[in-house]
Amino acid sequence: MPAPPEAGEILDRDFLETRAKILEIAASLDRLDRSPGRPGIAPDRRLAQIRQALEVLLVPEPGRAETIQRIFSREYDPNWRSALEVDAAR
Amino acid sequence: MHYIDPHIHMVSRTTDDYKRMALAGCVMVSEPAFWAGFDRSGPEGFRDYFRQLTQFEARRAKSHGIEHRTWLCINAKEAEDVSLSRQVIAMIPEFLEHPSVLGIGEIGLNKNTRNEAIVFLEHLDLAARTGELILVHTPHLEDKFQGTRMILDMLADDRRIAPERVCIDHVEEHTIRLALEAGHWVGMTLYPTTKCTPARAADLVELYGPERIMVNSAGDWGHSDPLAVPEFIFEMKQRGLGKSIIHRVVFDNPMAFFEQSKRFVAPSWA
Repeated sequence: MPAPPEAGEILDRDFLETRAKILEIAASLDRLDRSPGRPGIAPDRRLAQIRQALEVLLVPEPGRAETIQRIFSREYDPNWRSALEVDAAR
Repeated sequence: MHYIDPHIHMVSRTTDDYKRMALAGCVMVSEPAFWAGFDRSGPEGFRDYFRQLTQFEARRAKSHGIEHRTWLCINAKEAEDVSLSRQVIAMIPEFLEHPSVLGIGEIGLNKNTRNEAIVFLEHLDLAARTGELILVHTPHLEDKFQGTRMILDMLADDRRIAPERVCIDHVEEHTIRLALEAGHWVGMTLYPTTKCTPARAADLVELYGPERIMVNSAGDWGHSDPLAVPEFIFEMKQRGLGKSIIHRVVFDNPMAFFEQSKRFVAPSWA
């Protein structure tokens, strides 16, 4: 594989698209904030997932995309075979 | 650049798409059996569908200079009906000797239920007994990570199945490494909103290299782009990645995977 490009090169190529995607997210969050709340209704867990994912974006570590995928994923249970009573023995 | 789309549902596309794909350089498609958007009324619905895949779609593709290959199964969504699934699985051998059939697929999980897992295992058993290649559908969105791990568990449990004869499709950032480390081929699906983009797929090729990696459009009856693979080619060129790497992902790799099928005869242009 060729050597990765310099950060400046990536910004030259991706800056406007990244800016546009951030604006889309900002506008989405603004829409959520404008929506009337209903007293007594528990917060939607999807909001917590969104907030958690946004926090990951600010952490300067590799693998943000993978980490965010996991935030939006159901957990894996290594004992799923017995939980679902599925015989996998062959 | 000539390319292969190893996962696209042409039954749900108009003939105009075949022409557009041919103009864009597509020389072959591989079409897995899938959910039509509604639950079929019974096993005979699948018999007609398998005829459509092996006969009608092959002719429609050929008339545009595109080779058509296909896979057979009952999809993960309809697999919730175990009784129907068993009738369909029993029917598959009638079509297995058709020269355009690559193997069993796209089998997998949808909501990761017990019935889906049972039907997946019975498909695996058929594939193991008949020596067929396997194409795996991994679930969407929040179900993907859990379902992919369950699928990898079931594949690992069956020693009759060689890992390199299985393609784990629709991989993304959180599942690709698991599938590659298990020795399988992987497919990255370039599908709006719910799956990968050409840019993210190019990232994953940069991270993991081109070995055992394919890309596809999974074009179907939903909002999807039958030219998603050319979009990926364009993205890779924009990044300065060489023709040999791009050609490997979009042509050589699908050919190498398909050539493992006992019925696959490479076209004369290959």
